[in-house]
Amino acid sequence: MDLFGSYALILALVCAGYAVAAGIAAIAGRKILLTKSAYQASLAACVLITLATATLVFLFLTDNFSVAYVANHSSRDQHVFYKFAALWSGQEGSLLFWSWLLAVYVFFVLWTNRNRHPELMPYVAVVLASVQLFFLILNVFVANPFQVLGTVAADGSRQVVAQPDGRGLNPLLQYPEMVIHPPALYLGYVGFTVPFAFALAALLGRYPGEKWIHITRRWTMIAWGFQSLGILLGAHWAYAVLGWGGYWGWDPVENASLLPWLTGTAFLHSVMMQEKRGMMKVWNVWLVFITFLLCILGTMLTRSGVVSSVHAFAQSDVGHWFLGFLLLTLATCTWAYLKNRDYLKSENQLDSLISRESSFLFNNLVLLAACFAVLWGTLFPVISEAVQGTKISVGPPFFNKVTIPIGLFLLFLTGVGPLLAWRKTSLESLRRNFGWPLAAGLLTGAVAYPLGLRDFYALVCFVLSVFVALTILLEFLRGARVIRARTGMSILRAVEHLTMRNTRRYGGYIVHFGIVLIFIGLAGAAFNQDKQMEMTPGTHMELGRYTIRLQTFTQRPGQNYVAERATIEVLRDGQSVMLLYPERRRYHANGMTGTMVSIYSTLREDLYVVYAGPSPETGQPVIHAYINPLVKWIWLGGVVLVLGTGVALLPNRQQALAFRPVSERAGQPALQPVPATRSQDAHD
Amino acid sequence: MKNGKGKFLLAGTIILGTTVWLGWVGVTESKTYYYTIAELETLRGAQAQRRLRVAGDVQPGSIERYRGRVDFVLEQEGRTLPVSYVGQNPLPDTFVDRAQALVEGRLAPDGRFIADHVQAKCASKYEAVPNPSTTPGSSASSPATSYTSGPSE
Repeated sequence: MDLFGSYALILALVCAGYAVAAGIAAIAGRKILLTKSAYQASLAACVLITLATATLVFLFLTDNFSVAYVANHSSRDQHVFYKFAALWSGQEGSLLFWSWLLAVYVFFVLWTNRNRHPELMPYVAVVLASVQLFFLILNVFVANPFQVLGTVAADGSRQVVAQPDGRGLNPLLQYPEMVIHPPALYLGYVGFTVPFAFALAALLGRYPGEKWIHITRRWTMIAWGFQSLGILLGAHWAYAVLGWGGYWGWDPVENASLLPWLTGTAFLHSVMMQEKRGMMKVWNVWLVFITFLLCILGTMLTRSGVVSSVHAFAQSDVGHWFLGFLLLTLATCTWAYLKNRDYLKSENQLDSLISRESSFLFNNLVLLAACFAVLWGTLFPVISEAVQGTKISVGPPFFNKVTIPIGLFLLFLTGVGPLLAWRKTSLESLRRNFGWPLAAGLLTGAVAYPLGLRDFYALVCFVLSVFVALTILLEFLRGARVIRARTGMSILRAVEHLTMRNTRRYGGYIVHFGIVLIFIGLAGAAFNQDKQMEMTPGTHMELGRYTIRLQTFTQRPGQNYVAERATIEVLRDGQSVMLLYPERRRYHANGMTGTMVSIYSTLREDLYVVYAGPSPETGQPVIHAYINPLVKWIWLGGVVLVLGTGVALLPNRQQALAFRPVSERAGQPALQPVPATRSQDAHD
Repeated sequence: MKNGKGKFLLAGTIILGTTVWLGWVGVTESKTYYYTIAELETLRGAQAQRRLRVAGDVQPGSIERYRGRVDFVLEQEGRTLPVSYVGQNPLPDTFVDRAQALVEGRLAPDGRFIADHVQAKCASKYEAVPNPSTTPGSSASSPATSYTSGPSE
């Protein structure tokens, strides 16, 4: 089976190589048939990569420990989910997974556009195939996941030796989010290849106008949505597994995932300037180039050992390959830009400081500033070593210092920007749009400050959050009222109608609302408390308004581990609220331990309890408890953000509205049961 | 139009200027110098007072846990460094014998390293070389926990 996988990869490599070469030749010679053949080679490569990936999954599921990658990342007693997820748990497998996701994207892009954009698609196909080719080279020559274990005999012949059992997956990875976080993040990273390919193709082919932006809008949003989801899932995972009470530590690998998200967010906003006003064409092209380059850089940082990180894979020589690819891509982009830049002339100029354009401009400016600061901080050890000869790293204080004010300014823009008019905004409309929300926000601040909320940034964050949330709410209400006045439908139906009529705009507002919730959650970190104590059964500790009582301390066997587990009763204001079971697992396969945090989560705060191991002197369990206010808002915000992205991806429901009289007559009897089922739902 | 551009330039400069200033303050507050254990011994005066970051492998059997403190020894290229971890957070699960660890803190006058932050990566975990004959040229530096320590336990 491992041979089958290897051959599939080699064939895929040949196909992708052919797709690049034939694609270029076809463009140069304007040969339609050759273009077709290049497409088909690309599609064939997609199928072959799928086969190779399926083979590796099969090897995992059948416990084939003669394959090194399987033996290193799986064991017989591992749960089938983790055998499956072990596919992306190491260097070789995750690179294959990258290739495969790219193959899936390529397949859909080529398939959905097979009869469209005949001048643009040949270029797109070549760019996509080139990226695919690079990853296949890595899969085949540098990090082949199908290498078998074996010994070399005296005569030079190789003997495959299967291990009786594998080493098992790293315990930190044996957590449900292992199954969804990496795919989500990778779908984000890989997904930005599509807008990149279209942008580069449009530039190379001098494809007229804003079409590439229209074509890629959905692709960009899909990638952005997955990237956001991946980052948040990663944060949640770190929170629930690492046991230090936090969700973000400014680790290089975390930063690497944030960088393309920042530029991707900037890109999503600045394309509107190009669509509506024909401005910032150069900027947009470069934003998407940079986003793609940062995706590659992120993948490289995780793997090359350039910067030290808890999450990173071992040091290896893939770094050189990635660096080469980065430079080659940058050179190609620069060359394409220099060659065809005259076609990216702006059609308009900025008029007023208080306008939609300028809010987009500032949004982009600060997003890029944040991206640059994070990149600078992440690569600081590398830069300082090159300049001064000493490696200097900067810690979380640096990142917090820079990104918190930037984040708050962005939050402010989130509220203000969408409601400013294009070109110029009148004072009257400012007052109408922002009067109430601003007053309510300031009132929140005025109430919160005497109540003891003294942290400056947190206070600003709450004020802005109320302000932004209200501007969004008012925007929905205003539109819905108009619809209600015209049609007589209920306000909720009107909101739904309004949203579906312009999904991009209102989906965007929903995303903004999700961002507000996330900011509220982040601000909670200013009020974290924690306490560590050695406890014997029956004793208790006080933290905030909670009393934590250790009831028992037991051993509990699991499928592939033994856990030491504390049973803890949580009392709030003297009332028993629930039992928590923090534990420490020891895995059979590799003797490693894993911490399972136990969390009592409410909208107000999380009570986060860690069993930190036995005390070295007395052998009694040490319990570390944290109170982390408002953390749940972050995850809620994430859900809202993903929902909003989903809404924005839907097509507008304009036609339905035009035919409304007809559909209403037909739909009237059918409408009756609806309230009945609704009320049933409510009872459930 | 010229005037209009000036406004944007000014606003942009203010934003970027603030960012740069914040960044500079942030760097001076949190910069940590990265040294090898061998280099630590050569540090003099003010250099030794800085916040430092040192990497190494945890010497097998050297971890001793006390109340509020964990002592261990880091090894790197044949040199050793005694470390006392006094941080608030529990040490990560990956912190075991032979793990690659990264410690942050300051050097005490007696040559002991007082760390308030420890990151650890189990050397055998992410990438290991189970059989050197199949993967030639791979790093020999990974002291992988051998297979036998697994299921037999």
